[in-house]
Amino acid sequence: MRAINVSEIREAVMKMCMDMNYYIGADIQNAFEHNLEKEESPIGKAILLDLIENAKIAGEKQVPICQDTGMIVAFVEVGQEVMLTGGGISDAINEGIRKGYGEGYLRKSVVTDPLLRQNSKDNTPGVIYYDIVDGDQVKIKLAAKGFGSENMSRSKMLKPSDGIDGVEAFVVETVSLAGPNPCPPIVVGVGIGGTIDKAAQIAKKALMRDLDSVSRYEHIRALEERLLEQINALGIGPQGLGGSTTALGVNVEIYPTHIAGLPVVVNINCHASRHLETVI
Amino acid sequence: MNKIKLTTPLTDEIIESLKSGDQVLISGVIYTGRDAAHLRLVKSIEHGEALPFDVAGQIIYYVGPAPAKPDQVIGSCGPTTSYRMDDLTVPLLKLGLKGMIGKGSRNQTVIDGMKKHKAIYFAAIGGAGALIANSVKESTVIAYEDLGTEAIRKLVVEELPAIVVIDAEGSNLYETERAKYQKKY
Repeated sequence: MRAINVSEIREAVMKMCMDMNYYIGADIQNAFEHNLEKEESPIGKAILLDLIENAKIAGEKQVPICQDTGMIVAFVEVGQEVMLTGGGISDAINEGIRKGYGEGYLRKSVVTDPLLRQNSKDNTPGVIYYDIVDGDQVKIKLAAKGFGSENMSRSKMLKPSDGIDGVEAFVVETVSLAGPNPCPPIVVGVGIGGTIDKAAQIAKKALMRDLDSVSRYEHIRALEERLLEQINALGIGPQGLGGSTTALGVNVEIYPTHIAGLPVVVNINCHASRHLETVI
Repeated sequence: MNKIKLTTPLTDEIIESLKSGDQVLISGVIYTGRDAAHLRLVKSIEHGEALPFDVAGQIIYYVGPAPAKPDQVIGSCGPTTSYRMDDLTVPLLKLGLKGMIGKGSRNQTVIDGMKKHKAIYFAAIGGAGALIANSVKESTVIAYEDLGTEAIRKLVVEELPAIVVIDAEGSNLYETERAKYQKKY
């Protein structure tokens, strides 16, 4: 057994909360520049230039890229040879969020009850998923998820006979209906299979893959490429003001499912696609 | 393209001169308000109470800023998605609200209200909060302080960049521009 004090987890979460909100990912930066060359719309080009400038200012001044600094979603993989000491791991993660959002001047956007809507004033709690895995390490993947894009996400329980065409049609329809609302250019995460909740969870995981990451399944890589082409043919463009840069990337994750089902969840992220990971 | 310089408050004459697609630089006083503040404003109107500020001729910016660092006037402050305010907008237009800054679609009720009461819907760049904060010179909470980031703030802005998306005739840039770049797949 390897002992890990949860204070290490708290500190790692605190640092990631700040860093991912201040510094744009290299994959997003590259995608801005790559699409700037291709974008046909003059308004679209001007917006991409402003987004590049915005990211530069945020990084230099260490201020958030976007004022919606999100709700924290954490995927935590705990090696089964790890013994956690010094308190509860969920408490440590939430304490890291509290410190990161407080000391980092990040916006507190979480309400404690979805109906009574009192702000928790420290951006806790996060949404935390745990996996027990082999080994003696703890891996924490963190996303700061903005809700302009989260609100445009959709799920559908397709019929097995709807097949891959049905999946494509639903994903493209979801992006088309979202139009200018989720702050395009967007990143599209798609979860296919499992149960309704599993599909949503892997759609979120898909958003936490870098844009230059590659699916290990050939048919999924082809699906991602076709979806990106179709989405960028919609004409929505940067901020919905027209153009060919509607999405910077499409990531698809799959999971085994039931003979009767084909669940699909489309989780949308804005261009401020903030995620980081730390291994302890 | 030449950018049009606007100073608040806005008159009907200015409103009628603005067309969808115009790029503008807004200066003067504007007010922040988003979901929770709109609920309270509309409740006050329904109860015949005075609003915390006179909306006539003014612009409301849909934003919940990030906290200011010690050396800042305001934290990052880009627009939030506007459709959530759609059902709470016409009562404000009736009182003379002339402009809204946000991002994303508006419903037909809002557009009809804008045509009837002469108002403009501007978009600022969503997710460019650090850049937009440079245009804000003063920020003061004037109402609903308990709402935190959702409180109503009086901002003094200098050349805040925005684009006219829906004008007072109902012309909608989201529709006209998207159609230009849509391709057959």
